[in-house]
Amino acid sequence: MSGATSALEVRGLVVRYQGHPAVDGLDLDLAPGRVLALLGPNGAGKTTTVEVCEGLRSRDEGRVAVLGVDPAGAPDTLRSRVGVMPQGGGAYPGVRVREMVGLVAACAADPLDPDWLVETLGLASCARKPYKRLSVGQQQRLALACAVVGRPELVFLDEPTASLDPQGRRLVWELVRALRADGVAVLLTTHLMQEAEELADHIVIVDHGRVVAQGSPESLTAAGADRELRFRAAPGMDLRLLASALPEGCTVSEPTSGSYLVEGAIDPQVLSTVTSWCARQGVLADDLRVARRSLEDVFLELTGRELRS
Amino acid sequence: MSTDGHAPRFAPGTFTPAPGRGPLGRMLATQVGLETRLALRQGEQVLLTLIIPLALLVGLALLRVVPLPEPRVTSVLGSVLALAVISTAFTSQAISLGFDRRYGVLRRLAATAVPRWLIVVGRLGGMAAVVLVQLVVLGAVALALGWRPGTGSLGWVLLLVVLGTAAFGAVGVLLGGTLRAELVLAVANIVWFVLLFAGGVLLPVAALPGPLAAVVTLLPSGALAEGLRAALLGGTPTLGQVLVLLVWTLVAGLVASRTVRWS
Repeated sequence: MSGATSALEVRGLVVRYQGHPAVDGLDLDLAPGRVLALLGPNGAGKTTTVEVCEGLRSRDEGRVAVLGVDPAGAPDTLRSRVGVMPQGGGAYPGVRVREMVGLVAACAADPLDPDWLVETLGLASCARKPYKRLSVGQQQRLALACAVVGRPELVFLDEPTASLDPQGRRLVWELVRALRADGVAVLLTTHLMQEAEELADHIVIVDHGRVVAQGSPESLTAAGADRELRFRAAPGMDLRLLASALPEGCTVSEPTSGSYLVEGAIDPQVLSTVTSWCARQGVLADDLRVARRSLEDVFLELTGRELRS
Repeated sequence: MSTDGHAPRFAPGTFTPAPGRGPLGRMLATQVGLETRLALRQGEQVLLTLIIPLALLVGLALLRVVPLPEPRVTSVLGSVLALAVISTAFTSQAISLGFDRRYGVLRRLAATAVPRWLIVVGRLGGMAAVVLVQLVVLGAVALALGWRPGTGSLGWVLLLVVLGTAAFGAVGVLLGGTLRAELVLAVANIVWFVLLFAGGVLLPVAALPGPLAAVVTLLPSGALAEGLRAALLGGTPTLGQVLVLLVWTLVAGLVASRTVRWS
């Protein structure tokens, strides 16, 4: 974990599809032993960015250095240092789990033990099952095994937990933390705020191919919210009574369904007014926080609330 | 899946980077072995590459439904070897490539340390291994049915099998590497069927109506099957037959190298 060299450096990346920019001037930095989360809604350009870094897609403008090397030609020497978990697929339809991990392991000089990896990722029971008969979660864990089996310096994980159950998600998180602790750099894309918040040292929120915000999870959620109280409760509560009970200068609103925001000088008095009002309504105020936005709030404020296809 | 999760699952140092490319020989052997096993374990592919050719070999050698030069089993072996090559190099290859692309295998492999040329060579190696299995199985059954290989003919047979595998392999890669998987499946099976009956494989070119015979002579199926029957019956393939196979290989290979998509 020297931290001296950069694992990934992207400057001014532009990728166009039929003239439209899918990625529009993106900058990224990732150091060894760090986790960078690329967070954004569907179609934000996350996968395109990752594929350029993997050398699987060409770029129109900008500079990319993966472990100091331009991935455009995808030299074999670079690819042997990088692990890739693509989004969906990535195995022969008829290949068995253990065979696929073995195939990718055979490409590496000093791979992890495929049997151990299959066992540890909870795939032992389906080790002889063909890929096409695996559940989506099993396919995803197999893809993860293939990404790390070669002991890479840098790992690209494209939506690693997208269709995993909670146990599977915990497992992946544990793995990412272990990679980080062992000095591996990890770039992961996700649209799960909690995932980015849990794992990343640095979060880059992208939308329409551009960086709309970035920083540590703490700095992103703390910014511009020094006079806020947020809580969750049943959606659509009548706020008039609460508004009248709050001290002068405090307002209350419901910015998103079930998520309430009290703005003003937040003191213990305000806090107790809110909780006792909730108690009178017979609801439990959940996730109650002062002066701290959830990453989801930040995300929605930055990328808008309309649904993306 | 184990969810006991409190003890750390990954000991510190487990993932300490130790990158590097595996030995080329090991990569190639692993890939060829896997491609071969995949081809020989998939029911539909085995039906196409072994069961149907075997059934035709036995059936046509024993039943006189198709006019063929004597010794009958020798002529039939020529037809069946041609069919076996078409099944493996063209139909089976195209279909598996179509679905492998759909499943993202090539992109997956392209993201490992495997050089791209090795991915192609690995596929070809798997194909060659299956053809070898076909030659051995079909040859052994033909021997049991009374085929006696003539001296000198086996060299020509091997040459034609190699040329035919190359020509149909190139066309198969072109088909499987450019169209959607479902379309590949349909086209590859229809073409196989048409070539079997009207492409000079089962029925000799001489038994086909004039205009069709002229076309079939220029098809790789006609050239391969006619050449194999001639070679097995003690003759040699014509220069025309060899040229037809070479031209198809070159043209399809060239077009494929420009149009085939990895995903």
